[in-house]
Amino acid sequence: MTRKKVRVVKNDQIRIVPFAAIFFFLLLGAIGISLGEPSRVLEQATQICLSCIGIG
Amino acid sequence: MDRIRRWVQALFFLITNGYWNFPLTRGIYQGPLKVICSPGLNCYSCPAATSYCPLGALQQLIAGVRLSLENGQFFVGFYVVGAMGAIGSFVGRMVCGWACPFGLFQELLHKIPSPKFAVWRPLRYLKYALLLFMVILLPLFVVDESGFGHTWFCKYLCPAGTLEAGLPMLLLQPALRANLGLLFLNKLFFLFLFVAWSVVASRPFCRTACPLGAFYGLFSKIKLVKLRLDPEKCTHCQACHAVCPMGVRFNESPDDMDCISCLACSKACTFNAINLEVGGVSLTGQAPQRLRRIHP
Repeated sequence: MTRKKVRVVKNDQIRIVPFAAIFFFLLLGAIGISLGEPSRVLEQATQICLSCIGIG
Repeated sequence: MDRIRRWVQALFFLITNGYWNFPLTRGIYQGPLKVICSPGLNCYSCPAATSYCPLGALQQLIAGVRLSLENGQFFVGFYVVGAMGAIGSFVGRMVCGWACPFGLFQELLHKIPSPKFAVWRPLRYLKYALLLFMVILLPLFVVDESGFGHTWFCKYLCPAGTLEAGLPMLLLQPALRANLGLLFLNKLFFLFLFVAWSVVASRPFCRTACPLGAFYGLFSKIKLVKLRLDPEKCTHCQACHAVCPMGVRFNESPDDMDCISCLACSKACTFNAINLEVGGVSLTGQAPQRLRRIHP
């Protein structure tokens, strides 16, 4: 009868999915930049939205 | 490690709230840095805020999507969702534990000596409903006669906005007090609810009501930086259950959507079974080992 050999293997394997996800969202952000969205965000963020903070 | 985390939290608080000229200007920062996304929940109407709040910006864009499309502008939130998604894919809810000013505020409140209680576990699902309805669906579909929606979460619930923007603006601009009404009372109610709750329970807002945490939690399985359990070393002693500020049972669900990677469990584990990994490579300990049978 043959004995099965058991070897301990380290499980450090580079995961690709996080890099793909980061790339996808950076691409999405770049599309937003190309559409001029940051200027709209800046316009909103530099004004006090009183109703948004419960005043008015 | 907890001391390092506290310093990082303080650093992010100062970076995202770095405009200290507001007592003189009595207004908010209006410079170009406000085009940068704050990783944590940090109201951009806060007088000291130097970056935009992703939840506030996203709701504003969704609320105004009809008008922007009518004007030939395709402002649907790609830029904001791109920033949120990149942060989520990178560190996920680690932001909550290391970079969110409101998370730090809750942790400090919880240090006040008092009887401590657990948070009822089913309440953790409420934040996903708030993300779906108050951040996306209601601002998109409930619109006024001009076609503009409301920022439902900011307007009716967000306690961070009341604390960081509502109350300071009332102090800086007393004329605004004439506009106070039921809306502000409602906001004050939620602020006091979460302040009182934070004293007796750990991070109740993060666990039950934060839509930003809910969004980052969606990346728990795929995020680049995460905690990893070594099942070979874990003895199921449940030491990780007792120390987790989010009520996560790490040995039972290592990819839990509520894990904020604060490393409290890693420190508490005397068997070195919980390690920090980046992209699959272990940083704080040996990689988990598995037994592989080699057939001759």
